[in-house]
Amino acid sequence: MKHETPLLNQLESGPWPSFVSDLKQQAEVRAKNEENIEFQIPVDAVEDLLGVLELSYVDGTTHWKHGGIVGVFGYGGGVIGRYCDQPQNFPGVAHFHTMRVAQPGGKYYTAEYLRDLCDLWDLRGSGITNMHGSTGDIIFIGTTTPQLEEVFYELTHKFNQDLGGSGSNLRTPADCIGSSRCEYACYDTQALCYDLTQEYQDELHRPAFPYKFKFKFDGCPNGCVASIARSDLSFIGTWKDEIRIDQEAVQAYIGGEMPPNAGAHSGRDWGAFDIQKEVIALCPSDCMKYEGGKLEINNKECVRCMHCINVMPRALRIGNDRGCSILAGAKAPILDGAQMGSLLIPFIKVEEPYDEIKEVIENVWDWWMEEGKNRERLGELIKRQGLQKLLEVTGVTPDARHVQEPRSNPYIFWKEEEVEGGWDRDIDEYRKHHQR
Amino acid sequence: MAQVDFKGKTFDVDEDGFILDYNQFCDEWIEYVKDQEGIDEMTDEHKLVIKVLQEYYEKNGIAPMVRVLSKLTKFKLKHIYELFPSGPGKGACKMAGLPKPTGCV
Repeated sequence: MKHETPLLNQLESGPWPSFVSDLKQQAEVRAKNEENIEFQIPVDAVEDLLGVLELSYVDGTTHWKHGGIVGVFGYGGGVIGRYCDQPQNFPGVAHFHTMRVAQPGGKYYTAEYLRDLCDLWDLRGSGITNMHGSTGDIIFIGTTTPQLEEVFYELTHKFNQDLGGSGSNLRTPADCIGSSRCEYACYDTQALCYDLTQEYQDELHRPAFPYKFKFKFDGCPNGCVASIARSDLSFIGTWKDEIRIDQEAVQAYIGGEMPPNAGAHSGRDWGAFDIQKEVIALCPSDCMKYEGGKLEINNKECVRCMHCINVMPRALRIGNDRGCSILAGAKAPILDGAQMGSLLIPFIKVEEPYDEIKEVIENVWDWWMEEGKNRERLGELIKRQGLQKLLEVTGVTPDARHVQEPRSNPYIFWKEEEVEGGWDRDIDEYRKHHQR
Repeated sequence: MAQVDFKGKTFDVDEDGFILDYNQFCDEWIEYVKDQEGIDEMTDEHKLVIKVLQEYYEKNGIAPMVRVLSKLTKFKLKHIYELFPSGPGKGACKMAGLPKPTGCV
């Protein structure tokens, strides 16, 4: 290896897959170059990456310069520019840009597709990736500016593959695996995610928003893609009718023939399954009972938290009248505090071509694009102008489900037209009845 | 930091090719950036975008939001990309001599 890395070497021990060992392996593969690849960026890029990381381990600070504005023609985002602040010592990472590549729904791949991407990245990049970025993209880590258009050309022309999003735009949408491998999925998350990604390509590639905006699609309230915490508009599957109960299967759980939670707690002895203790008593709305060998659910009171279904997946199933809820405004702390999504649309059908859903999205965007301040997330605009304003622009009638609790302060705004006589009052008229 | 010499002028630029000092902006800079940014010929529309960006920057000390740029120039975002293939940030702001966009890009 080009640089000594005593601190990083310590991370090669232990049972977890070591990123240091993997990087060293990649550095060796590049050094040997048994496939005679005409590397388009420095051969020792990976060694220099380890070198600069070791330096950061030693002095406890980053060695990447501030910012970086690079990209491909036609797009305003997709590439994160990065330059090392010690280019003489680590020339292999003097340029070390990251490319975001749009990932398929649920991140299902074929070996052939991944091999193609790897061949491209071995030639034109460092060969290092992040599978995947938190937003969902396939991340190519480390290449030089002249290679950006080359990678983009090959991605689009050979592999029919586009870049992901970055900047003040619609970022790459992501979904849970949905109905592909989950019996809880209340809608086809991959279909909706794909359709909206294609529909809003323009918004994804060319920043036109006050700030970033994310979509995420969860098939049910379990939230396997964490849409309620990590997307400005969160689509969470649910149902409107009854939970379907298979009483025989309920008995199989009680009899111990089927493990609760599909065996998720089998690593420890929690005693025999007790439906009363583990299901009925834990139901948040207390709407279940088990009497005379029969499980009953008062579905009118059910909040569809998923607990009973999660515990007894073979006995309880989601309803048949399915759709999703839309929640708005999740964001990380900067600037005015972290937010999770707030319920905007309690229930909406998820049916191609998703016109109803697109209408909600576009109404939200019209409002936020006009009213949002520079670098103001949707969640912050909702705080600043009020949830009521969001309801108005989306044409949603306020109802009890929009709040966890009613306000406790009395600073209530009325619209002038709601108040008899309006706001224009004459003080002299008042004085006729009330002396000064 | 690097220096670029072009038609008798010298510019201090960063790795991304943005000038470090707005005062170094001159017509030669436009000519120099033009090729890097995929622009064949400067039209009046290009010049209008540059002018609007510079006036806004001189008055407000920041680059305008994309929406504001569209309003001031009356060009849709699509047209701005037709004029500046890298977009309003990397393309137009760079050519206008404005500081590099920052933040989560």
